[in-house]
Amino acid sequence: MSTKSILPELVRRFEAEILNDWMREQRAAITLRADLLTDAELARQSAEFFAAFQAGLQGQDLGEITGPAWGTARDLLKEIARLRSRQGFSLSETATFVFSLKQPLFALCQRELEREAVLLVGELWTISVIIDKLGLFTAESALAAREEIIGRQQAELLELSTPVVKLWDKVLALPLIGTLDSNRTQVVMESLLQAIVDTGSSVAIIDITGVPTVDTLVAQHLMKTVSAARLMGADCIISGIRPAIAQSMVHLGVSFTEIVTKATLADALRHAFARTGVSVSRQAAG
Amino acid sequence: MILTREVAELKRPEDVVRVRQVARALALQAGFGLVDQTKIVTAVSELGRNALIHGGGGTATLEVIEEGIRRGLRIVFRDEGPGIADVERALQDGYTTSGGLGIGLGGARRLMNEFEISSSPGKGTTVTIARWK
Repeated sequence: MSTKSILPELVRRFEAEILNDWMREQRAAITLRADLLTDAELARQSAEFFAAFQAGLQGQDLGEITGPAWGTARDLLKEIARLRSRQGFSLSETATFVFSLKQPLFALCQRELEREAVLLVGELWTISVIIDKLGLFTAESALAAREEIIGRQQAELLELSTPVVKLWDKVLALPLIGTLDSNRTQVVMESLLQAIVDTGSSVAIIDITGVPTVDTLVAQHLMKTVSAARLMGADCIISGIRPAIAQSMVHLGVSFTEIVTKATLADALRHAFARTGVSVSRQAAG
Repeated sequence: MILTREVAELKRPEDVVRVRQVARALALQAGFGLVDQTKIVTAVSELGRNALIHGGGGTATLEVIEEGIRRGLRIVFRDEGPGIADVERALQDGYTTSGGLGIGLGGARRLMNEFEISSSPGKGTTVTIARWK
């Protein structure tokens, strides 16, 4: 910036007015999420950021938001972005927090520099550059926060998605849901084998009702799991093969030879009972 | 005539899942029943993973097409990987270079009505499949 900007001076002089206008702007915006953020909280965030914004304007190079003068503002934006990402704000809703500051600043410059066109253009440009950079910074922070959330959820899902349940004495069930990639197969196999050891089970039912696509990779993963269980002394039954999947598997050329397969979990359980010598009978009524 | 077209990237293992979902949505839109949907999705899964593992990543172009009164789904998988030296052999069941079952390529051909593969070493591979209602 060649000539010294009078922006810091302007902002300081009309501090209260800008903050007021900005708050009004935010409350009127369609991106306001009154359901997620209370007005008091919004006012607090705005006041804090506005103070940091003014501190930033005191720096040497106004448009350089990576400099030390903008440190507080950056930290605040990062915090706000993280908070809002967690609360479920969209990216544009989060970024609007900063972008909506443009309007009051523009209006102020327009009014105060009415007769100085050259100066006005220069100041508007400065504002634009600063606000755009801060807005993008906010959006990037929100994105980073969201990626962090997704990463954590993925890790949680991996844990959650592989419950081994004991159906009966010596009979285990492993209901699989979703996509069976290599990572998950590894987790599935480990928890199944561990459960076989822990419970001394001789039959394990792998139910794939919740697996939407059985391709060669899934089939191979299943076969490996079955082989490993067999080595531990447990027989596996695969259940929950839906008609459409059965037809696709035939065309694909996948056959689970030497593996007992059943249409439903109930059939599999009946088979497991027979295998372990359990008989179930209905009591005569009355 | 192309009614709908979607292009999906195949760069990471998660992309195979996404291409499957797009394929299922388009198959539904084209009016396929559950069995055909499942066949298409299974074939897409095989070829998508091939493009990723053997081709080092590529793209899948999915189109709902209409020819006269019949409607169908066509999917083109393109990669710029090392290519396949012996296509005939690759199509044989049980032949694998990745430790898989070796039936994905032939299986995809059996699952679809049309299957076309063009590949030359060093120039990548293009597989076009289609299924008609």
